[in-house]
Amino acid sequence: MFKLTKKQIITISLLTISIAFILKQFIDFSLYANIFMLITTVIAGTPIFKKAFSAIRYKIIGIDALVTIAVIGAILIGEYWEAAAVTFLFMLGDYLESRTIEKTRSSIKALLDLAPKKTTVLRDDIEMIIGVEEVLINDTVIVKPGEKISVDGIILEGNAYVNQSSITGESISVYKSSNDSVFSGTTIESGYLIISAQKIGDDTTFAHILQLVEDAQDSKAKTQKFIEKFSAYYTPSIVILAIMMFIITRDIELSLTIIVIACPGALVISTPVSIVAGIGNGAKHGVLFKGGESIETLGKIKAVAFDKTGTLTIGKPVVKKIKTFGISEHDALKIAALGETYSEHPLGKAIIQKAQTEMIDLTDKIDNIQILTGLGIQFDYLGIHYRIGNRSLLKSLNIDYSTIEEEIKLEEALGFTTILLSNDKQILALIMIADAIRDDAQELIKQLHKLNIKVIMLTGDNQRTAESIAKQLQIDEYYGDLLPEHKVEVLNKLKLNYGLVAMVGDGVNDAPALASADIGIAMGQAGADVAMETADVILLSSQIKKLNYAFGLSRKTVQNMTQNIVFALVVAGFLLAGVLIKTVNLSLGMLIHELSVFLVILNAVGLLRYREK
Amino acid sequence: MLNKTYQLETVSCPSCIKKIEGMLKQTDGIETSEVLFNSSRVKVSFNEEQVTSALIKAKLHQLGFNVLSEK
Repeated sequence: MFKLTKKQIITISLLTISIAFILKQFIDFSLYANIFMLITTVIAGTPIFKKAFSAIRYKIIGIDALVTIAVIGAILIGEYWEAAAVTFLFMLGDYLESRTIEKTRSSIKALLDLAPKKTTVLRDDIEMIIGVEEVLINDTVIVKPGEKISVDGIILEGNAYVNQSSITGESISVYKSSNDSVFSGTTIESGYLIISAQKIGDDTTFAHILQLVEDAQDSKAKTQKFIEKFSAYYTPSIVILAIMMFIITRDIELSLTIIVIACPGALVISTPVSIVAGIGNGAKHGVLFKGGESIETLGKIKAVAFDKTGTLTIGKPVVKKIKTFGISEHDALKIAALGETYSEHPLGKAIIQKAQTEMIDLTDKIDNIQILTGLGIQFDYLGIHYRIGNRSLLKSLNIDYSTIEEEIKLEEALGFTTILLSNDKQILALIMIADAIRDDAQELIKQLHKLNIKVIMLTGDNQRTAESIAKQLQIDEYYGDLLPEHKVEVLNKLKLNYGLVAMVGDGVNDAPALASADIGIAMGQAGADVAMETADVILLSSQIKKLNYAFGLSRKTVQNMTQNIVFALVVAGFLLAGVLIKTVNLSLGMLIHELSVFLVILNAVGLLRYREK
Repeated sequence: MLNKTYQLETVSCPSCIKKIEGMLKQTDGIETSEVLFNSSRVKVSFNEEQVTSALIKAKLHQLGFNVLSEK
């Protein structure tokens, strides 16, 4: 038989059903009207019947089978108009629904389409265009203006403005030149780059992001699982009701109408459409949700705990001032920096950096280096024994340190972390280090308070520094002096006090805390695999205000989902009641059913318009 | 055991999922199967001695779902 597209079927059946309607209503030519009704039923119904029979072969009764039963029944009792209307409405509904449902998925699809497909490489001095999957590690990749970078790599030559919004969610382009890293999926706006490929194909950051989003859209929310269970019982129950009603009332049309509304289509579709639109909206703005459950939980969060460093603060500590005792500032900084060259601590790096900006020569040799875990470092320089570390060092010295301790407390209350330099006899210097608070942190916390979310800060820093920052940012609760395992304990306590708690970290050594919160949010670490794995929500951007958008979006998504569910249930209830009291007939039942599905999808499409404020 | 993911044409009706899942469950040689509604994909893990990928695709087609690509 010749094949018609869905669109053609709908057009033709619209034509025939209109003719039938005119013949019936205005000309009262019922024989011809009936013929046109039957033609409509056959044209619009054939695809439905075919699907129904192919499913019945596997003993599966779907909505196609139910509609088929209703249509055959309607023809048998001579209700040709009902049969035609039901098939036509079902096909039209199906068509409109699949078109709009594609819209809910459009954001994710647009993201997937960003994946580069072709690329230019230089092999044996010959430029050639190959498929992205053919690129090898260490290949030299050439990217021209307007083109997408196809690999993660290092720039060998050239400079360019690169739009990294697909990776960071930030649309301002970034200047890149030799030895800078570039990412696959980003676009060169102007300039020209020659890149050495370091990560290719499925290993690139962008490929990981795509994979994550692709998997996320089908990882079901709790509500969705529940609804699926519910509808698995709903349909058979309604079919049984239809049979019982027939036995009691002997009213075929009533029973057929009940059968038509037995599939809770709007209800089943209520959550997945909202979730896919929410996840898609997030992905477009650099907020990745791991699945329906993440977005649902985030939307219900009562408190949020921040791991201070790297979230509320930039995560790059800087030396702010130095106080010395009987030694020049230059010498103190030099000795401290020499010692810290052997440390991996971020605070040590701050000291080295300060020394470097002061042009201090750090090539001198030091001896007998020993790392004192949790304390600092000790070493010999020019025959003198030095120690550098935190205030616990004081106790190891044989001196009266009460005045110094007061001084340290004062500095800590100002928000500084204090590092001490000493020789065997006395304290030589106090080095005050601070990690700058992010510009948008204050605004974010204000917004979170507006959403009635408690804000808590956790930090490994001392209690007084924590207090100072907490005061500046108006944080509700703070916990200082925490080791990573303590953070987990505090989180468990917060969960008891507040209910659902989110944890925000920068993904560096806070994995246990991220995992033990109800929802873990990693931020500003595009490409950090640990963060991608442990966290439930990933902010690609380092703009902390995106967090506010993430909270807003997930609340909106939960709201959207709830609206859909309530609407679907109310419609299903009224529909059933209407059918039972016989105000809703077969075709009206189908119309309301299809309309409710359509409205649910349209509501979800609206979610795509949610923007950060 | 072979794992395959089939990309279908847009799956828009939730009851389609039930149909596909039901069909796959009743096909000999298919160990596990999962129908992903939003991405319109079907993940199947099957025993290649009992059933072939071509047969699975044919069955999906018969049910009214065209397979666009597989991997």
